[in-house]
Amino acid sequence: MTSAMVIAGYLGLLLTLGVTSNRLFSGSGKDFQLATHSIGPFMLLMSLFGTTMTAFALIGSTGEAWQNGIGVYGKMASSSGIVHSLCFFLLGVKLWKFGHQYGYATQIEFFRDRLDSPKIGLVLFPILVSMVIVYLLAGILGAGTVVNVFTSGAFPNIFTGDPAVPPSVGAIPNWLGSLIICAVVLIYVFFGGMRGTAWANTFQTLAFLILGLITFFVIARSLGAGSVLENMREVSAQVQDRWTTRAGVSKSVFLTYMLIPLSVGMFPHIFQHWLTAKDANTFKLSVIVHPIFILLVWGPCIMLGIWATTDTAQTLVPALARLNHNAPGDQNKVLPILVKGLSGELLGGFLAAGVLAAIMSSLDSQFLCVGTMFTNDIAKPYFTKDGKLTDQQTVFLTRTFIILVVVVTYCLSLLDPKAVFGLGVWCFSGFSSLFPLIFASLYWRRLTRLGAYASIIAAGGAWCWYFWQALQADGPLSEYLIKIPMGTTEVEIMPVAAMIVVSTLALVAGSLASKPLPQQTVGKFFP
Amino acid sequence: MHRTPASLGVWLIVMLLVILHQDDWFWENSTLVFGIVPIGLFYHACLSLAAAFTWFLATRYAWPLSESESRGDAA
Repeated sequence: MTSAMVIAGYLGLLLTLGVTSNRLFSGSGKDFQLATHSIGPFMLLMSLFGTTMTAFALIGSTGEAWQNGIGVYGKMASSSGIVHSLCFFLLGVKLWKFGHQYGYATQIEFFRDRLDSPKIGLVLFPILVSMVIVYLLAGILGAGTVVNVFTSGAFPNIFTGDPAVPPSVGAIPNWLGSLIICAVVLIYVFFGGMRGTAWANTFQTLAFLILGLITFFVIARSLGAGSVLENMREVSAQVQDRWTTRAGVSKSVFLTYMLIPLSVGMFPHIFQHWLTAKDANTFKLSVIVHPIFILLVWGPCIMLGIWATTDTAQTLVPALARLNHNAPGDQNKVLPILVKGLSGELLGGFLAAGVLAAIMSSLDSQFLCVGTMFTNDIAKPYFTKDGKLTDQQTVFLTRTFIILVVVVTYCLSLLDPKAVFGLGVWCFSGFSSLFPLIFASLYWRRLTRLGAYASIIAAGGAWCWYFWQALQADGPLSEYLIKIPMGTTEVEIMPVAAMIVVSTLALVAGSLASKPLPQQTVGKFFP
Repeated sequence: MHRTPASLGVWLIVMLLVILHQDDWFWENSTLVFGIVPIGLFYHACLSLAAAFTWFLATRYAWPLSESESRGDAA
């Protein structure tokens, strides 16, 4: 019951924040979608960090370290520290400049102008929206699971659950947990727009950063009778080499995994956050501090994951010993079990709030960006006479589309498509394969319409081809690798590497094979 | 992008970070730094700090916009 009360209190605070931010809402479309470019360095840092981190940063990283050891940090965290900031620096700053100068709120508006191609939205829109919806579904399903796990036993008279699965007794069912989270996010995005989202993200990012660190120290203190440092030394000494090295990690997969974080460059919700910045200098704090925040969140979680494999942890928390490294889904239980076993209900509730914060700080931006894209990229150019909307119409349509997107994705989540979790890495790979397009549009004036279309089609084609191959192969979708014969051996690489090569080649070949765009078009971006 | 020797130096450091990320040398080393952190993890944690410092240098010496563009004066 304590955990449920903490979660309820947290959600209540969030709603208050979102509704309060509405008092500053000016009523204009620009204010609703971009907070009138008013976001300062600290809030931009928090928004960008909160949006790029999902539940995986807390629960997934601990579980992955418990499963495969410390390699996950290099594979996903330190690489993101380098590549995310690279994207903020190389792409974000310039896109902010053009967005501010020419009034863009979505990527498609930028591409339409940059390529002088009003129709490019018809190709890009379905690709971007379908990939964001996969991402959204994973978040909604994940939120339902977190609420279910952390409210176990809280309401035995209301939710009888399945007596054969004891944790489900008295727990808020997944469908209701997802519904509550969707409703909370919808309310603060609906009322607060981008300003409400940025405020909520700042609060939520602080929540999961602080609560994650507190959880780490409380657990470390509970792992033995000595001081925190003595306990950490004692338990680290028990971890076997399998978890303290990367002996089981393929070096070529490790290398090509570094291309996955390039997806940040093409996330439509990150693009929208970039445009909220007050000025370009606002980006500096995010560019510098982002890798440090990644370290603060991922480092402790990975240590907890490898400690959970030791005899000490399994003696103190017997439920850990019952987890099976080969059972799908067991790795996501490691952190909740550790917290419940070593820190009690109250911290369990705070950790649940922290995990929900990580999920919701991505969901809100995605809901807002899909609503904005429907309004600016579909309704405005194709369903108005002169391609213009009043402020009132913009806000009304964006809100309506946000509600529709929330309802549709929530209904899809009721089908319980667990396959979306396996699609995560494919979704990120798809965004990464479009990275050459956004990069070339900012740094290569010779890019043409043909090159852009060729790149999008090649990226989509390569994605479909490798996805089809993954469906035919044995094993989980997320673990599919391309095997390249090298003499007597085989080198394994992530499919994203091949997708990026193909889309880059198509972009260059298509651009060089077609006439350069007129100076009148290119000159706006390359004076 | 304003190309200066300093900005070129920053981009060389960024490339060095990418190379250093593929650390062959600690791949199978199970030494615990301070008796707590596996050296492979400690190394990558340091790499995160090095990335932050590199991006600090980048914002100082390789900033892609002029001061007036950064303030949005062109709008």
